[in-house]
Amino acid sequence: MTRPTPETLAHSARRARTTAEAPGDTDHVRPATPVRATPTQVSGAGSLVRSLEALGVDVVFGIPGGAILPAYDPLYDSTVRHILVRHEQGAGHAATGYAQATGRVGVCIATSGPGATNLVTPIADAYMDSVPMVAITGQVARPAIGTDAFQEADIQGITLPITKHNFLVQEASEIPQVLAEAFHLASTGRPGPVLVDIPKDVLQASTTFAWPPTLDLPGYRPTLHPHGKQIREAARLMSNARRPVLYVGGGVLKAGATEGLRKLAELTGIPVVTTLMALGAFPDSHRQHLGMPGMHGTVAAVYGLQKADLIVALGARFDDRVTGKLDSFAPDATVVHADIDPAEIGKNRHADVPIVGDARYVIDELLAAVTAERAAGRVADLADWWTQLDDLRERYPLGYDEPSDGTLSPQYVIKRLGEIVGSDAIYVAGVGQHQMWASQFISYEKPQTWLNSGGLGTMGYAVPAAMGAKVGKPDTVVWAIDGDGCFQMTNQELATCALEGIPVKIAVINNGNLGMVRQWQTLFYGERYSNTDLGTHKHRIPDFVKLAEALGCVGLRCENAEDVEKTIEAAMAINDAPVVIDFVVGKDAMVWPMVAAGTSNDEIMFARGVRPVFDEDDI
Amino acid sequence: MTTHTLSVLVENKPGVLARVSGLFSRRGFNIDSLAVGETENPDVSRITIVVNAESSPLEQVTKQLNKLVNVLKIVELDPSTSVARELLLVKVRADRNARSQVLETVNLFRARVVDVAPDTLTIEATGTADKLDALLRDLEPFGIKEMVQSGLVAIGRGSRAITAGPALRAA
Repeated sequence: MTRPTPETLAHSARRARTTAEAPGDTDHVRPATPVRATPTQVSGAGSLVRSLEALGVDVVFGIPGGAILPAYDPLYDSTVRHILVRHEQGAGHAATGYAQATGRVGVCIATSGPGATNLVTPIADAYMDSVPMVAITGQVARPAIGTDAFQEADIQGITLPITKHNFLVQEASEIPQVLAEAFHLASTGRPGPVLVDIPKDVLQASTTFAWPPTLDLPGYRPTLHPHGKQIREAARLMSNARRPVLYVGGGVLKAGATEGLRKLAELTGIPVVTTLMALGAFPDSHRQHLGMPGMHGTVAAVYGLQKADLIVALGARFDDRVTGKLDSFAPDATVVHADIDPAEIGKNRHADVPIVGDARYVIDELLAAVTAERAAGRVADLADWWTQLDDLRERYPLGYDEPSDGTLSPQYVIKRLGEIVGSDAIYVAGVGQHQMWASQFISYEKPQTWLNSGGLGTMGYAVPAAMGAKVGKPDTVVWAIDGDGCFQMTNQELATCALEGIPVKIAVINNGNLGMVRQWQTLFYGERYSNTDLGTHKHRIPDFVKLAEALGCVGLRCENAEDVEKTIEAAMAINDAPVVIDFVVGKDAMVWPMVAAGTSNDEIMFARGVRPVFDEDDI
Repeated sequence: MTTHTLSVLVENKPGVLARVSGLFSRRGFNIDSLAVGETENPDVSRITIVVNAESSPLEQVTKQLNKLVNVLKIVELDPSTSVARELLLVKVRADRNARSQVLETVNLFRARVVDVAPDTLTIEATGTADKLDALLRDLEPFGIKEMVQSGLVAIGRGSRAITAGPALRAA
């Protein structure tokens, strides 16, 4: 196979010439003091690129095209690294992966029309998972807007319901302000994607660039500091509860509140559950961690929430995948719901104590208030609660059965991967069975080490998001754990990775099927496997090893348990190219435990036909 | 289901109405009536929206509206402490024989004739929805050729005023 040589990477060396940083050192932070620039005469495109530089953007993912072309000219000389992707969807997910791995705003660029509409999926994805992203799109020239011009699409209208906000820039002079506002909106409050649509003639127009601009967002005032009275009430409830649970969501990670969370949990002794979006916010190995709640959560986490008398929700949104049938969810629980977005509070489940605020401040103030409660001698006795939960953990641990047909177990592959690679690496999953197994069988100990598409459930997320994560954290090992279905949606970005020197590692959990859909067909559609066999087993089409090699990666294959460890180690030894491992696994493995969609969490199944026995007399 | 009147102060910028109305349909609400216009501050528009909804889903849609970056303030107007009006323009058949009876009805409702043609009168009336319904009921027998109604506009009683707040005044 051919690996990219220094010659093939020559175009990316250009940035070494134009930037003071060492090549690959993309981990620089935004300038601490705002950049100042006296008014200079530039084009609209020049103003855009200067604004990106002033905002501290180190990398953008994109593809040029007609309407955005003017922007690519000043970009050619910029300190901003542009990574040329193969599909705009890849640019969008890469921006998301970058943002989720680093906490900084991810940026993607596309042209008008199809370029912009190809960003729709990653924008919707970032919206559902509250990821700070700025998408910049070219638009047809102002006089052509509304005429069904070539490559015209009303991307502002299309993305209205899936962006935190969007802009159609009308004058070149607005560009610095709009960009600054876009970054501010994307990264503050509840983060989210912001789209900036710029007509071609605006990019071509002559204008002046000055920095910093003044933000004019009178209607945008996120509440960061919680109300003291609500905090005291929450602390009082936490000190009196008999069966409390801390229900931790992605907001805690976004707020950088994981240290505080740990202190709060340890001070109170309250059990913790972390949602799919929050894995890594609280160490999986911590004694107080019950695991992930929800459809494929642990029995202890699901039961813990279900039987709780107090749920303290921190940056979580009572998603249907967590609550199961909403009206039977946690019937005895008093709910304290803290979120930075007031619209989340009471949306699905009534909040007895609503707290609007940034999770970092909420947790810090809860910590102080609980400390005061304890000083006054009010300490909850959780011994009985822990006895019940420990018993459940012991009787119903996460586990799996080895396949009876001798095929490789996908859970074993993922579990070993986590053990060999360790908890410093970043794991990025697609959507489906492999995602759930990756959430269950890898131990997440640190924030920003688990990236996935939680809310939208976007198949094809993993490869481009891993690419973005690796660009943002070049010194961290990044593994994508993907399914064979997902992988076939976006694997073309491996060409980008190979050419741009982004050595991600991909574990394709290849069961030859759309596994999660097949699992539902097994359970709910009488084993009628309509259109779920992808033929990747039967016909080996595509051959993932050959595909990987064609894309400039190292391709490895592993088909039995004895080879798992050495194949993973072989992949770990390669650092100068992306690696793809085709793990050929059995197709009948299922994700357990499971709360079937639309049923109550009380109906959780530990394994097929096995319902946990709860000792109802205990509570 | 009850009727709620929301006054939404928004930045006077292109596309804001689409953001607001789109949010209602997206969250499953039907707008009964909608009126938009500039306020005392030309940078601020006021959208008056009448919706039929239970109070808890309405709270959700209000919170979602508040999240729109261009929305400055939302106030629900209580019918007992606010004045609400709609405008009606109606073209009624009124030939020589019927004209005096139509005019009598117009006077009774304190409406006005704004245009006269040989066989029709065009009448302008403002008032609450109830009053306008009653007027239409009385005009119906003469024959309504065409009618058009505005959305409801409403304002609170007393000296207190809804403004966009200091953030915008400073701008």
